Amino acid sequence: MTTATSNPEAGRENATAKEKWLRAYRQMVSIRLFEEQVNEVYTRALMPGLAHLYSGEEAVAVGICEALRIDDYITSTHRGHGHCLAKGASPDRMFAELLGKEAGYCRGKGGSMHIADPATGNLGANAIVGGSVGIATGAAFSAKTLGTDRVAVCFFGEGALGQGSLYEVMNLAQLWKLPVIYVCENNQYNEYTHYQETTAGTILGRAAAFGIEAASVDGQDVRAVHEVATRLVKRARSGGGPAFLQCDTYRYSGHHVGDINREYYRSKKEEQQWKTDRDPIKVLSNWLLEQGYADAASFERITSEVRATMEAAVKFAIAAPYPNVDEVEKHVYA
Amino acid sequence: MPERELTFAQAVREALAEEMRRDARVCIIGEDVAEAGTPFKVLSGLVEEFGAGRVVDTPISEAGFTGVAVGAAMTGLRPVVDIMFGDFITLTMDQMVNQAAKVHYMSGGHWKVPMVMRTTLGATRRSAAQHSQSLHAWFSHVPGLKVVLPSTPFDAKGLLKTAIRDENPVVFFEDKMMYKLKGPVPEEDYTIPLGVADVKRAGDDITLVATSSMVQVALGAAILLEKEGISVEVVDPRTTWPLDEKTLIDSAKKTSRVIVLDEGYGRYGVTSELAAVIAEGAFYDLDAPVKRMGAMHVPIPFSPPLEDATVPTEQTVADAVKSMCKR
Repeated sequence: MTTATSNPEAGRENATAKEKWLRAYRQMVSIRLFEEQVNEVYTRALMPGLAHLYSGEEAVAVGICEALRIDDYITSTHRGHGHCLAKGASPDRMFAELLGKEAGYCRGKGGSMHIADPATGNLGANAIVGGSVGIATGAAFSAKTLGTDRVAVCFFGEGALGQGSLYEVMNLAQLWKLPVIYVCENNQYNEYTHYQETTAGTILGRAAAFGIEAASVDGQDVRAVHEVATRLVKRARSGGGPAFLQCDTYRYSGHHVGDINREYYRSKKEEQQWKTDRDPIKVLSNWLLEQGYADAASFERITSEVRATMEAAVKFAIAAPYPNVDEVEKHVYA
Repeated sequence: MPERELTFAQAVREALAEEMRRDARVCIIGEDVAEAGTPFKVLSGLVEEFGAGRVVDTPISEAGFTGVAVGAAMTGLRPVVDIMFGDFITLTMDQMVNQAAKVHYMSGGHWKVPMVMRTTLGATRRSAAQHSQSLHAWFSHVPGLKVVLPSTPFDAKGLLKTAIRDENPVVFFEDKMMYKLKGPVPEEDYTIPLGVADVKRAGDDITLVATSSMVQVALGAAILLEKEGISVEVVDPRTTWPLDEKTLIDSAKKTSRVIVLDEGYGRYGVTSELAAVIAEGAFYDLDAPVKRMGAMHVPIPFSPPLEDATVPTEQTVADAVKSMCKR
């Protein structure tokens, strides 16, 4: 099987700054081109169901997951492809899952919104907004109770700020000093509604109310995300307790692929500004150029390698067989 | 030597203590489970033996700590969540129905959720509409969950130990009116498989299929009816899922008359499902339509004479039996 984003731990310890950030660049390009293929496959009507694209938010998943070990836990969301890839999932098994094929991560029974992978600590993407906050906190509870030094990261969108269960588990996590990091991906929109219309007060004020260590960061700058994530992960791993990280970012596409006419909730000008001025891949590539770590040719090479991987992954998934119908009753109970 | 007797509450506590001694991964999570031992004192003494790290008091956050238990179960622990009143399961529904019940299936079998939710059911405690419901049908409706309804101290211990060892989310409903009920409970380790009904009393003229609190009612009615020459068989499914359909159907075929008793609401409820299973499996052996008896379709009222009218009693069951048997 092809793997664009191999083991996130591989060689990371001794990586030079150049290797580290070129790797992050490749990871972000992988997510971007994965989602390009999803859009393509979806619009060709090869993919059943819904597709929620992560394009524009790549620096968040990569900046955070690059600060984790492979045995650390994550929980993800309906917009979860980026988290899965950044934590080390292979694109071919992901595409197979997106197409409902047996070779998929969930044998085709989960689909785009439910990819889970024990091998990379991925407890699963969750299609209930805020639905995984308990699971992530529970994984941190296990880590603390069993005396491992694992950390759990709970990814959720700012839409989940409306869910009461988030505040229940934040309270528990702080009372019990659990190693969990709540990562709020503020992509500005709760589905089709700007978050300022749904969110009273401030985002960080919510964490402050529980005395939880809180920070906000430019979610388009992978280096900034990574720096603060590294600090919070280290803190959690050494018993310092939970943290809350607000990452301000932007969802390039609609809520899902079919959300085409968006002008009633946001302007094309706004979308273009984020893409032109604050694209996370451009932000990093500009820095890599400034540092002399890469040139245009190296970016092209990475992009074409990743594109080939993604195209191969799609081919693999299209050719892969569906599960037999008798699969339908398997795994209802363990 | 006479058999040792324990109350229902003591049997539950003994099952938990034995499993916690046997398996360090088993822990208890809930409101006032530690020093308080719950308002029903079911858990008294456990925190002293196992410590606050394994008998974990929580804030009043049913959704939050149930969600934590789901995640903890996925990652190496075997939590037993305590939901004080069965009415409060409403607050845990997303965690149980959308998360716990589906994690194994949605992940293609990769993750498991070996957790137990212990909670209560039952009216006539003068607790009014939000502390008296029997909502076990809700969970019985959901693929991925198992639902246990013990009716004796013996069953409570054996079934709870099995539930804790199960690899799936299991919801364990205890009738809070039954906590003081005494019965024989062996001191040794024993388990009762889920999905095996128990014939609590053998009889020939009619079958009473009864769950949880209604088992004692059915047994009481059987004694009343014995004096009138009616021989009653009482069958306790013990679990609504998995369900031992065969034992129910075999008993129906043997007696040819069946009343199904359950303290939940009958409409779209446990009695409806059990009656349908029996009607499908024993239709040509039945002498009368299967009758259902459960809670009246009203919120549980506070006023004692009103509340008492909402649930079947030995007398109302005996009357229904006589009517069905034309006596």
